Amino acid sequence: MRPAAVEAMLPFLSECYANPSGSHRFARDARRAVDEARDIVAECLGVPAGWVVFTGCGTESDNAAITGVLDAAARTGRPGTAVCPAAEHHAVLHPVEHHGGRVVPVDRSGRVDLDALADTLRTTPDVRIVSVMAVNNEVGSVTELDPVCSLVRELAPDAVLHTDAVQAASWLDLRALTPSVDMLSLSAHKFGGPKGVGVLVVRDGTRVAPVIMGGGQERDRRSGTHNVAGIVATAAALAETDAERHDEVSRVRSLRDRLVDSLLAELDGVLETVPRAHKIAGSAHVCIADIESEALLYLLDRAEVCASAASACASGAMEPSHVLAAMGVERSWSAGALRMSLGATTTDADVDRAVEVVTDAVRQLRR
Amino acid sequence: MRVMLAMSGGVDSSLAGALLLDEGHEVVGVTMRLWGGESDTGCCSVSDVDDARRVAQQLDIDHLVFNFGEDFDNHVVAPYVRAHVDGVTPNPCIECNRHVKFDRLAERADLLGFDAVATGHHARIGRDAAGRPTLQRGADRAKDQSYVVHMLDRDQLARTLFPVGHLDKSEVRQRAAAMGLRTAGKPDSQDVCFITSTGGRETFLGDRIPFRSATVLDTGGRHVGEVPAVEMVTIGQRRGIGLPGGGPKRYVVDVDVDRRTVVVGADDDLLDRALDVVAATWVDRPVEGRVLVQTSAHGTPAPADIGPGPDDSVVVRWHAPHRRVAPGQSVVFYDLADRCVLGGGLATRP
Repeated sequence: MRPAAVEAMLPFLSECYANPSGSHRFARDARRAVDEARDIVAECLGVPAGWVVFTGCGTESDNAAITGVLDAAARTGRPGTAVCPAAEHHAVLHPVEHHGGRVVPVDRSGRVDLDALADTLRTTPDVRIVSVMAVNNEVGSVTELDPVCSLVRELAPDAVLHTDAVQAASWLDLRALTPSVDMLSLSAHKFGGPKGVGVLVVRDGTRVAPVIMGGGQERDRRSGTHNVAGIVATAAALAETDAERHDEVSRVRSLRDRLVDSLLAELDGVLETVPRAHKIAGSAHVCIADIESEALLYLLDRAEVCASAASACASGAMEPSHVLAAMGVERSWSAGALRMSLGATTTDADVDRAVEVVTDAVRQLRR
Repeated sequence: MRVMLAMSGGVDSSLAGALLLDEGHEVVGVTMRLWGGESDTGCCSVSDVDDARRVAQQLDIDHLVFNFGEDFDNHVVAPYVRAHVDGVTPNPCIECNRHVKFDRLAERADLLGFDAVATGHHARIGRDAAGRPTLQRGADRAKDQSYVVHMLDRDQLARTLFPVGHLDKSEVRQRAAAMGLRTAGKPDSQDVCFITSTGGRETFLGDRIPFRSATVLDTGGRHVGEVPAVEMVTIGQRRGIGLPGGGPKRYVVDVDVDRRTVVVGADDDLLDRALDVVAATWVDRPVEGRVLVQTSAHGTPAPADIGPGPDDSVVVRWHAPHRRVAPGQSVVFYDLADRCVLGGGLATRP
């Protein structure tokens, strides 16, 4: 976590422990902290504070968007369908599939195929929500939301446009995304905040039924006692991320470029999965021929280089990546997928070490 | 040594980890994620992975999960389904040992720089006079699993450890309990991990292959009934073949999936003088002559002479008539002391 976020949350784990929904003075202090945090988050997103809903995680935000919009539509006698691209995070894909929604193909970089999206919107009656991620969590590709927005407004004018921007917060100016969408999801731990806090932006006038019902917190959009410490820390982390973003993006981009260029130079049979022009700065994703990700990750872990391949299933096993499959990456390449993330704490020395360890490990596995 | 321990989440592999650490080995626990479908038992369910991970935490060793689902589908599940279509009765746990645990996992361990793979099987690895590894029955005869690991040869045995093979199961449980291992009282897994107790084999196969009905005949060729799924019928079976109760006990003595006939007869009609075995593997080298032969996981070994048959098969000549072995079942050869595995293969039609 960012030290500023840790520092911000600590008082709310000890002396300021009140429930902000209470009616006494301590509750008012806590309430004020949540309100101020909401203002900060709203400012970083370029939206009115009233649009910001705090949730329990990014996954909850995504579920609340998909299920909440479909549910609200059904309750007003307008049941309908959800649509998303095939490379979405499971937090979007699974609820869309659960509700019998439509899944649209993506291009070789993992971005939604606009022609296919247009076809789907034309041929699917009663589309109520379209969810298109801003940045892919596995391969780091950026989807331009403006053209998606234009298509949705033209072909499914009643539909809500949601974006999972969980991976975008550190790398893209969120103020540039919010005008294109009706709803947007964030997860605090992706920008140096605590785990267990999500944000859902809901444009005024968007009809969303709550998924979590109870005490009516968050203007009845998300019940449950506020995680005050987490919310305060989220705001602190987002504010710092927002302030440093411009410089960090160029610093991390050059580290990422050196990391990937060095691997391409040191090793044969390395495929840069997505062209860098389509990617955020903090993502390095390569596919390495003739090795298996699981074996590589073990050797990296042993050398204290922490990376990943795809997403893990309930047992903790790596699942073959649905993102790479949707992108049309051949199984022989995707079997050797390696996903390395760089961020605020990454240094030149980290890159040197990663290059050395990955190179040695790949050579050991290919012997 | 650096040892990769296959942890199923059961008590045997849990204690195996503790014993390996006592011996001073560097141990990394691995649980294989094999079956992605519905499961309520065996080595694949998430709760078993949780148990394995929690035991690894207790032992303070690293724990990894390897996804060998594709290998498991290709080498265990698909052949299991195909075998039933062909009227063969497979043993998927043995095929999993052959193709996944002691092949895929062992290869991975080797690649990652491990010296050996350890499992919680009740079998022992000894040494012969020349110091070469031998595969022996586990100390606890009732829990002996040498039958299911019979395919290991000397090279594989040299890189394999069975840390609990010299212990009685009760002692395994006692020691695990004394150490406070959370799996100490966990029941043994009994069934095929991808077959659920609610659906059973019938549901599993029925979802994957079209069942074909068959005519049930007696040994005289007389029509005595029908079965809805010839794929579900196994030699030696007595129940579930749709015959009226009462009268003498009748057993399935032959299954012909191509002609869709099942022949039933008396107990005596199941007795054979000989048995053909294919796809034989040997711990050291092919053996001929007098041996003991075991035809099921916990069956009683019977004396026989073995020798080469046509097309690399092995002919087993029973010393006394022996109950017929369903094609596809593993047939394992032991030395006359009934201690060491010599080799084994698959029963086939005469």
